Amino acid sequence: MSVFNVLGPIMIGPSSSHTAGAVKVGYLAKTIFKDKIIKADIHLHGSFARTFKGHGTDRALVGGLLGFKPDDERIKDALNIAAERGIEIDFHLSELKNVHPNTAKLDLYSENKEMTIIGSSVGGSQIKIIKINDYEVDFTGEMPTLWVLHKDEPGEIGIITSILGSYKLNIARMIVFRNRKGEVGSAIIELDHKVNDYVISHLDNMEDIYQVRYIEPF
Amino acid sequence: MEYNKIEHLINKAENDNVKISELVIDAEIEKTELERELIINKMSENLKVMKESIKEGLNSNLKSASGLTGGEAVKLRDSNNFIGGELLQNVITKALAVSGVNACMGKVVAGPTAGASGIVPALLLSIAEKYNIEDGKVINALFTAGGLGEVVAKKATLAGAAGGCQAECGVGSAMAAGAAVELLGGTPKQVGDAFALALKNLLGLVCDPVAGLVEVPCVKRNGFAASHALTAVNMAMSNIASVIPPDEVIEAMMEVGDLMSVSLKETSEGGLATTETGKKIAEDLKDF
Repeated sequence: MSVFNVLGPIMIGPSSSHTAGAVKVGYLAKTIFKDKIIKADIHLHGSFARTFKGHGTDRALVGGLLGFKPDDERIKDALNIAAERGIEIDFHLSELKNVHPNTAKLDLYSENKEMTIIGSSVGGSQIKIIKINDYEVDFTGEMPTLWVLHKDEPGEIGIITSILGSYKLNIARMIVFRNRKGEVGSAIIELDHKVNDYVISHLDNMEDIYQVRYIEPF
Repeated sequence: MEYNKIEHLINKAENDNVKISELVIDAEIEKTELERELIINKMSENLKVMKESIKEGLNSNLKSASGLTGGEAVKLRDSNNFIGGELLQNVITKALAVSGVNACMGKVVAGPTAGASGIVPALLLSIAEKYNIEDGKVINALFTAGGLGEVVAKKATLAGAAGGCQAECGVGSAMAAGAAVELLGGTPKQVGDAFALALKNLLGLVCDPVAGLVEVPCVKRNGFAASHALTAVNMAMSNIASVIPPDEVIEAMMEVGDLMSVSLKETSEGGLATTETGKKIAEDLKDF
């Protein structure tokens, strides 16, 4: 807890949860997807679905996908900016199962890839990413976070944590998940310190690590 | 020093003969391991945005997308019929200005939330203007405001969805009152009294926004909560103490919040939101 959680953040109004939180969900989704987005299907659930226009939740989510942070004044024009950049955006009102009332599901598309990310705005401007494709995850983006897809076999988690340890990176929290034994494992790793590109490419170059994404706090 | 109670802040400040802001800054340095200068700069950035939002809010063309709010600050500033003195007029004007900007998707500093963002800047900056107080001292007072709010966040809640508007505008008013007392040279005990007095008298305030928007009653409520804070400052500075200590008021707020019906906690299922006019507005804005 910081004094700046109470007096802050600096943000575009009107709502910490429905605007600033929504920008963060979009921003994290863009960072996780990494490819150039050409199309996004945005599904709004619960309170997000009921009051999205008045709170600018639509513009906030798209602003985040464009890489804007919660204090960026371009959020107001995010829908136009996305159109200018040739990004096709469609909104859908959806019922998602077992999620917080302020939740959005983002289906993102690039030329040759697609990904589904679900995020919730859980109070103030605090958010949580809860699902990436079929992987259940749980992180806020408030700490330096790594998302690693790796071969699901004995010792693999040990290899990842040893590499991080060798760079003096301390793990604050870690969640591992897999859909089927022996296939692909997903690890969310929150760290006390920022991670540099060298560490990321070290991980990325390991034979049994399929993908590494790094989310830096802002 | 880790503080979980307002009492901790008051006692330590009185024992060490320092201001509460000093303790809050020290604690932030300890928690973040950042240089003092960086932390002060960050708060100074908040102050800059607060000033800009006041200026922007006094732009006469401001109108929210729904059309429900806009222009209130200008009307109050330009009123020839205002009674209650220049300071009060300035406080209400600035609070309306910032909350108006917030409703129009402008840039604000959430404090403690976006919906309550007008109260702290309105009170502190109006006092600073009237008494020519330099920015450095206002920045310190902002740390006091933040520190007081942090205790509420730890012990209770700052979310309308969990505690009703008492947790947003109520706490904003209490933070502003406490910080203003420090800015005016009051003692740490008086800071606590101002905080407790302001919060005590907004206990039970519900969150019942029309059509789910942060506009009605939120924009004008910032003006009320800021003038309410000014009353608390005047009482505390006159050595009128709060019989119930600040930490117990926070506990009471949480209890009241828990007892409050969910329909009155940011769901727009009761109160002003479900009045005849409230429902009509919601219906009219349905496809908006």
